[in-house]
Amino acid sequence: MRSGTARRLAPAFGAIVVAALAASATPAFAQAKKTIKAVMHSGLRITDPIITTAYIARNHGYMIYDVLFAYDEKFEVKPQMAKEWSVSDDKLTYTFTLRDGLKFHDGTPVTSDDCIASIQRWAKRDGMGQKLADFTKEWVKVDDKTFKLVLKEPYGLVMTSLGKPSGNTPFIMPKRMADTPADKNVPEEIGSGPFKFVKEEFQPGLKVVYEKNTDYVPRSEPVSYMAGGKLAKVDRVEWINIPDYQTAINALINGEIDYIEQPPHDFLPIIKKNKDITLTEYDKLGLSGMLRMNWTLPPFDNVKVRQAVMLAVNQQDYLDAQIGDPDYYQLCPAYFICGSPNATDAGFPKPDLEKAKALLKEGGYDGKPIVIMQPTDLAIVAPLAPVTAQALRKIGMNVDLQSMDWQTLVGRRAKQDPVAQGGWNIFHTTWVNVDMINPIANIGMNAKGKVGGWFGWPDVPEIEKLRDAYARELDPAKQKQIAADVQKLAFELGMYYPTGMYRSPIASKGLTGIVHGAAPVFWNIEKK
Amino acid sequence: MGRFLAGRILATIPVLVVVATVVFLLLRLAPGDPAAILAGDAASPEQIAAIRARLGLDEPPLTQFLEWIGRLLRGDLGTSIISNQPVTKLIGERIEPTLALATTTILFAIAVAVPLGVVAAWRHGSWIDRAVMAFSVIGFSIPIFVLGYLLIFGFAMELRWLPVQGYTSIREGFLPFITRLVLPTLTLSVIYIALIARITRASVLETLGEDYVRTARAKGVGERSVLSRHALRNAAVPIVSVIGIGIALLISGVVVTESVFNLPGLGRLTVDAVLARDYPVIQGVTLLFAFLYVLINLGIDVAYTLLDPRIRY
Repeated sequence: MRSGTARRLAPAFGAIVVAALAASATPAFAQAKKTIKAVMHSGLRITDPIITTAYIARNHGYMIYDVLFAYDEKFEVKPQMAKEWSVSDDKLTYTFTLRDGLKFHDGTPVTSDDCIASIQRWAKRDGMGQKLADFTKEWVKVDDKTFKLVLKEPYGLVMTSLGKPSGNTPFIMPKRMADTPADKNVPEEIGSGPFKFVKEEFQPGLKVVYEKNTDYVPRSEPVSYMAGGKLAKVDRVEWINIPDYQTAINALINGEIDYIEQPPHDFLPIIKKNKDITLTEYDKLGLSGMLRMNWTLPPFDNVKVRQAVMLAVNQQDYLDAQIGDPDYYQLCPAYFICGSPNATDAGFPKPDLEKAKALLKEGGYDGKPIVIMQPTDLAIVAPLAPVTAQALRKIGMNVDLQSMDWQTLVGRRAKQDPVAQGGWNIFHTTWVNVDMINPIANIGMNAKGKVGGWFGWPDVPEIEKLRDAYARELDPAKQKQIAADVQKLAFELGMYYPTGMYRSPIASKGLTGIVHGAAPVFWNIEKK
Repeated sequence: MGRFLAGRILATIPVLVVVATVVFLLLRLAPGDPAAILAGDAASPEQIAAIRARLGLDEPPLTQFLEWIGRLLRGDLGTSIISNQPVTKLIGERIEPTLALATTTILFAIAVAVPLGVVAAWRHGSWIDRAVMAFSVIGFSIPIFVLGYLLIFGFAMELRWLPVQGYTSIREGFLPFITRLVLPTLTLSVIYIALIARITRASVLETLGEDYVRTARAKGVGERSVLSRHALRNAAVPIVSVIGIGIALLISGVVVTESVFNLPGLGRLTVDAVLARDYPVIQGVTLLFAFLYVLINLGIDVAYTLLDPRIRY
């Protein structure tokens, strides 16, 4: 009798579930609109892409803001909001003119005042922006659509800086927003980009909604990397933060979402088995890992010990541990990234354990434990520290591998104290490679020491002189030679060890036209 | 009773003060720096220091504590350091999924576990009893996330009856609301069914051996009435206690379940805030949880008086 009841109840339960599914489908207003539901690598919490270098804030920036200039696929800087630009014969004055029809999402026109204020705010935060500001005499408004940059002396990276595609990107916002102090979040989300931010539906860390900006006037050129026409081909984009990747992939397979920005490499074999899911390597430069030593504390205040580490490690071990699948990684002997105009193998250390041991002895290493910080909650960074630990043990170093979450590491790496008082010896991180392609943009090449330097604080005036020379040089061929000189010296001194390049594909279902660029952007994407 | 309630409600104040102080101190002692998180990977120590100063994090801890308590007394839980949103707004947005999941889980668990426990005690030593006990052991042992993935695989991926993830507010209709809660509720309730069924069985088994039960049976009272009015009613106090503990434990269980099923609840808000060292949010959510614990305990104590007339306050 019980089984009979169960049999009678089964169809009823099925009918309830089907009815519930139908009712739970997307609301009618959204059904009429083409919507991409995307899971990005992180939830958006900070909406100001200038105050932070978090890549999710940059991605958000590309949705709602536009840029004056952008890189094309040949890494040439092309006008985007700018209609045209020119430089005076003495290379001291750059004149920019805006395109017709540029409007912010509140309906106000984009003016020279907005552009100048936005660039000046960006230049307070960004490394390349700060360098540009050092060379800047003044920004001058000519009229509402024309403005000038007047330099103190010729500077070779003006256009490279204004077209900077990642890290802090010089997005253009209304002057009232750009007048916000550079360490304070802007109070609004008003840009002139191809999508509009839907403030009422924003849930920090959970969900961001964008709608097509129907007033946007795209360029006529075809899309090329970050340049060309930004055509929004869907009505709505929703970023839904699903912290569990297994759940996200199940949701993609079931059609509940359309796009996952960075599925972990462990899951790629499962995804590849599903014929409906497409993997797109949108960023040909990809990402890289970095091993950074603390130059201010023993034993890495000694160049010979740093050189010993540079010879003890090798990229193959890191990439096997971190990525595993050779289809998605690449050995690269270049600080300024293989595939970029500054790529060279000058000075790259070849692994040599015997020489490393000898250098360690010469450096007077006394056997004190080396504190390596390992962020166990970041799957892509976590495998790097154990590889370094094992390599250092092989040459006779005593290693203290300390596990912690990433935010603890971020707080601790800023400490310049001795190890006993919370300091550190080694940490690892990863970078989007387009942020590393020249000696100015590459934060690991900052050699200003404890004041103005970056964590680890190398203090090498020679490298700073070379970086200055690179910035002043106007001839690309000579710039490339200077970049090679920087690389050679940096490898010799152990500025950092690049642990190799890798790529993380986008997984999508039913989407075409994903743009190959420096960031995951949503223009040009069509949904079936 | 009125004095008891007033006293217990007043007693929540020192509890909340202690919780507020301990949480504040623990957070300041814990490693991590929200300013460094805000500034991003490429920020220099000078930029981080500037942000720290703007947020007031460079002030002495006592000054920060007094400022926070001052705002708290005015009903202001502060503003999230990371998202710049008021903490009360963030909690308001996230409390519905957590309350919904906790409610459906507890109701479902009670609805299943109490009858199971009573039947197991009634048929002590039979296959039903052994099956309930075996289920209890498995229910205790299986990790929540494993069960969650198994249910997703079965009901969402293979049968395609239910969605994998997400939450729909009850304001958008009961069916979509409940459809998205079925799998999380099943996942989370298993451990509570195991817990409540075991306690119910043990408690009812004990009362079934009492003289008054034998007397009732001798008077010819039916088994259903013996079980519900005589055995279960007298066994209710420990069962209610364990349900109360279960509700409190739910908060930790909810964190995992909310992640596996992508429910935008307080559990995820707490984890995100801890990982980002978002002090005001952690402090606000912890205070809320402490307040809820006190309320739950008060509710249990009141329930005792309803279930057992011998208990008086």
